[in-house]
Amino acid sequence: MTTAIRRRSFLLLTAAASLPGSAWALSGTEARALVDLLVANINAVIASGKSEAEMIKDFEGIFDRYADVPIMARYALGADARSASSAQMKAFTEAFRTYISAKYGRRFREFIGGRIDVQGESAIPRGVQVETMANLRGQAPFRVDFHVSDASGKALFFNIIIEGIDMLLSERTEIGAMLDQRRGDLDRLIADLRAL
Amino acid sequence: MYKSSQILPLVFLAATLAGCAAAPDGTLINDPYEVANRRVHGFNTGLDKSLLRPASEVTEALPDVLTDRVVEFADNLALPGMVVNGLLQGDLEGAISNTFRFFLNTTIGLGGLFDPADEAGLYEKTTDFGQTLAVWGVPEGAYVVLPFLGPSTERDTFGLIIDFAFDPLQFLIPPEAQDLQPYAFVGKKVISRGRFGSTVDSLLYESADPYAQARLLYLQNRRFDLGVPVDSSYMEGGADPYADPYGDFVDPYEDF
Repeated sequence: MTTAIRRRSFLLLTAAASLPGSAWALSGTEARALVDLLVANINAVIASGKSEAEMIKDFEGIFDRYADVPIMARYALGADARSASSAQMKAFTEAFRTYISAKYGRRFREFIGGRIDVQGESAIPRGVQVETMANLRGQAPFRVDFHVSDASGKALFFNIIIEGIDMLLSERTEIGAMLDQRRGDLDRLIADLRAL
Repeated sequence: MYKSSQILPLVFLAATLAGCAAAPDGTLINDPYEVANRRVHGFNTGLDKSLLRPASEVTEALPDVLTDRVVEFADNLALPGMVVNGLLQGDLEGAISNTFRFFLNTTIGLGGLFDPADEAGLYEKTTDFGQTLAVWGVPEGAYVVLPFLGPSTERDTFGLIIDFAFDPLQFLIPPEAQDLQPYAFVGKKVISRGRFGSTVDSLLYESADPYAQARLLYLQNRRFDLGVPVDSSYMEGGADPYADPYGDFVDPYEDF
């Protein structure tokens, strides 16, 4: 029993030590730099004067570039990620990439005519929380937080919290419901996500 | 304005009400009435489809200069109640700020039709009796879906009744103006539905389980407004998005 626990902690420790760029190495400055870049990109698209359809396409690209999509996909799938084969996981991650960047890229449209200001950052268990205020047309400013980690090897955001609403939890609920509708058939879910 | 002899029994009632479905702190979702709630959610969705959504398409086609007047008028009428709740919560700063806002918008803002306070950066410190109960330590209670009004909790439902029954507005404006309040309230609902149309549509009509999404969104956002610490699962030591893939044996990046 004790030996088993020891071996497990040892494995976890070595696994953590061998990670490319340990999860705890990310500084507040680096995380903030990422969100600054992300926000600058969003603001640049808003200012570009392109058509709304073109902007949404650009927003999709931005989301994909700065988000840690594999982590989001795995979290959204929840316990089902454990029983998935690595081929299924890979296919799901790619399908999820298209689904999530289209969905939230479209949501960035609400920022047109507005502005996002980075306010500060604080440490959270899995990285850094960068706090921003969204100033949108005709609305009182509201809080948007980005959770950033460099566990993937570079600083990327893995969650957005809009006025307390956690994107990852939302997506876990959504993907879970989609999977239930398909009686747990992951392959069907992957095919349907691709078609969305 | 309120005698304590009036308020106290109500508070005890609220505590009893909320206590009947108390859940341990930090529980993300406490929904013992899910079956009934889902039925009401279905009713509300039907109402949205047949009435609210079509009406909101009409208001959305109107110029903002017009619809803004309705929204701002409705918002202004809600301020006196927020002032009282701010005081009940001991939030003097919020109460004072909302008082200034009310006077500025009622006078220079022509009875609340315009919002000069917003332009001066004096934003509404939104609050209600549900928040007052939360400040006083009354537990959240179960999640409930109210017909017409949508997602709530037992605590917030009780707060809503009190806010409605004891609205200090009745002491401040002439009865003729008070008669406009229900119209302003409904008007604002319709206009807001139009303004956030695509977001509401994607929640109500594109989600695999709109009920579960609405529940999660309401509870998280409400707790954020009430200043309850963020309870993302990985913030509270629950399921951790990075624990599994990067801290365990499977590297999601190995295939890329």
